Amino acid sequence: MEQNKMASLNTQILRMSGVNPRKCMRCGKCSGTCPAYDEMEYHPHQFVHMVETGDIASLLQSESIYKCLSCFACVERCPRGVEPAKLIEAIRSLKTRPVGQNHITPDEIPALLDEDLPQQAIVSALRKYMK
Amino acid sequence: MQRIGVFVCWCGSNIAATVDVHAVAEAARHEPGVVFSTDYQYMCSQAGQNMIIEAVKEHHLTGLVICSCSPRMHEATFRKTAANAGINPYMVEIANIREQCSWVHKDMAAGTEKAIILAKAAIAKVHLNTALTPGESKVTKRALVIGGGIAGIQTALDIAEAGFPVDIVEKEPTIGGKMAQLDKTFPTLDCAACILTPKMVDAAQNENIRIISYAQVEEVGGFVGNFHVKIRKKARFVNEDVCTGCGLCTEKCPQKKVPNAFNLNMDNHRAIYIPFAQAVPKVAVIDPNYCTMLKTGKCGVCAKVCTAGAIDYKQQDQIIEEEYGAIVAATGYNPISVEKFDEFAYSQSKDVITSLEFERLTNAAGPTAGKLLRPSDGEHPHTIVFVQCVGSRCAANAAKGKEYCSKICCMYTAKHAMLVRDKYPDTDVYVFYIDVRTPGKNFDEFYRRAVEEYGVHYIKGMVGKITPENGKLKVQGSDLIADKQLHIDADLVVLAAAIEPDKSARPLATMLTASMDTNDFFTEAHPKLRPVESPTAGIFLSGTCQGPKDIPETVSQASAAAAKVIGLLSKNTLKGNPCVAQSDEWMCNGCSSCANVCPYGAITYENKEFRMPDRSTKVRRIAKVNPAVCQGCGACTVACPSGAMDLNGFKNNQIMAEVDAICK
Repeated sequence: MEQNKMASLNTQILRMSGVNPRKCMRCGKCSGTCPAYDEMEYHPHQFVHMVETGDIASLLQSESIYKCLSCFACVERCPRGVEPAKLIEAIRSLKTRPVGQNHITPDEIPALLDEDLPQQAIVSALRKYMK
Repeated sequence: MQRIGVFVCWCGSNIAATVDVHAVAEAARHEPGVVFSTDYQYMCSQAGQNMIIEAVKEHHLTGLVICSCSPRMHEATFRKTAANAGINPYMVEIANIREQCSWVHKDMAAGTEKAIILAKAAIAKVHLNTALTPGESKVTKRALVIGGGIAGIQTALDIAEAGFPVDIVEKEPTIGGKMAQLDKTFPTLDCAACILTPKMVDAAQNENIRIISYAQVEEVGGFVGNFHVKIRKKARFVNEDVCTGCGLCTEKCPQKKVPNAFNLNMDNHRAIYIPFAQAVPKVAVIDPNYCTMLKTGKCGVCAKVCTAGAIDYKQQDQIIEEEYGAIVAATGYNPISVEKFDEFAYSQSKDVITSLEFERLTNAAGPTAGKLLRPSDGEHPHTIVFVQCVGSRCAANAAKGKEYCSKICCMYTAKHAMLVRDKYPDTDVYVFYIDVRTPGKNFDEFYRRAVEEYGVHYIKGMVGKITPENGKLKVQGSDLIADKQLHIDADLVVLAAAIEPDKSARPLATMLTASMDTNDFFTEAHPKLRPVESPTAGIFLSGTCQGPKDIPETVSQASAAAAKVIGLLSKNTLKGNPCVAQSDEWMCNGCSSCANVCPYGAITYENKEFRMPDRSTKVRRIAKVNPAVCQGCGACTVACPSGAMDLNGFKNNQIMAEVDAICK
């Protein structure tokens, strides 16, 4: 039962993020890039590996998902286009969506927009500071 | 009416397991014109072929249908069998009941039904087949090699050795290519120049070889055995026949600020220069973009100091036209531009260099006379980081980088790391790798030596970011085995840049009508069985223009290409493919639609006098197909609006008969 639930959560993460972890060639450039590396219990390349193998129970429990800065450096530099930050964002959303409400309201967003800011970073921030 | 024999092959169980071969033979027997039908285990075997020959004699067959594997596999075999039996080879049709039937179907009933339909289509076609005879064309016994790197040199030497004249066209002022820029070669660490320059001299001295340096192919016409090529030899403003290569002019020229391309612009040479000491031909060349005399008409120092009187400021580009029987592409490679990879700070710091720049920095003839010094301050670096796979192995849709593995980087990086540790044991050397790929003779042993004997630190992981800070390069990367993020203060970073085909390859391929892949590597005729031939007849491939290769592999392939060229040039005449287009001159209205679509330039027009039904004469423009050039692709037959163009062996009525038989 628990296993089934995890499997369905995993599918949900893949669907939400649009990431195919099988594209990863395990070069570790994401973790080599990550500015929040030392803050994390699990690191970007491990996120990808854990989602690939379906080992997400420990990921969902980990503080690491809130340590990601959503800077998207890993997305930018991954040679295989895996996009680890999107995966982390999906996991975070999965945890945060069922509880509480947004930290900022949608009306406040336009004022905060910056042309250079990836849109996903704003959405990430919205979820992240909500607790 | 044809007398047709049908022969159904089992191909062991390849066909017989999914297709009821007896049922196919039985169904074929009842088709019109079929006087004999049988099945056999291996039609292509000696016994199978004898069975065909016997049947032809016994039943006086005029056409054969072989239901077997793809025509790509055995059409030639069965055409020979037909010729041995005394009938025209083009009276044979193959029904492909293996690749297009038994191998793709699981259901026996469906597979059998489809096999019968394919057999019927082939029978319908054979009814309309006519005997075809291939035409013959002469072979010009001279070869052209485009590119004078180690690949081109080796190919030319081997062809010349067999007694055929060969021209090398090289775009730089000297032959030698990339190998001339290298320091040592793996896995034996012998010096590149020491093994290359004797070959360059051999090429120059071989009476069968003509080196046309500082030149580019401009136009290619003709076809296998009979290519006509136009070559532009750029003006070097120095008379090649007179210059002795003494080099005095290159020391006296007052214009000293010309970036030295041979040293990857890490130092300068004069406006008149000889690329390197062992250049072949050893002749000076003037760079017109920098020469004061050519730009302003005032200077002339080189002409004054030249005792041989070789300087010629009025020299013009020269066009050489020549006939060739075969052409070899040996256009080589270049490292990609790494500037796009911001994270590696190549354009921010002089101390981030590419591996080819590193070769020049350790080469005794390089800008630092072989001393490994940081480009920024000329200091000896104490910590060096090598980064592998920069731009290699990227996703197909990635904005930058190549999808393929560049193949040579693992080995040359191991070589570089080893050389540094050998010369400067006080230096710490780190290599960040994704995988270490060393599949070659004595290759893995070489890499292990770098680790075990020379103490190079190999780190499984990739560098994510390099930041120049206070004269150091802060390297941030991951160590996946230790599960750590590493921070190394490096003095020098060397990027193993991916390699890509030379930019001249794409326009050359267009001229040669030779196909290329999406990465601009030349495509071989067959990836396994015809690796040194282009699908375009008479065009051969040598070296990295076909795919990433190291020196040993390049030399093997270069010799293989030469063997193929020698095979071609040793023939006096060539038999063409008789399945070529033919125009019905009474139906042709001279509209040029066919010539516009012909990829081979096989169609020309002529004005011909026609005697009309009313006894008047009329001159009309009509299409003519050169059967030696035509490759039988059929594009013209589709383009022709009046239906005048038809393809021998695949005539419109034959195709329609097949379609009818399938749809019946």
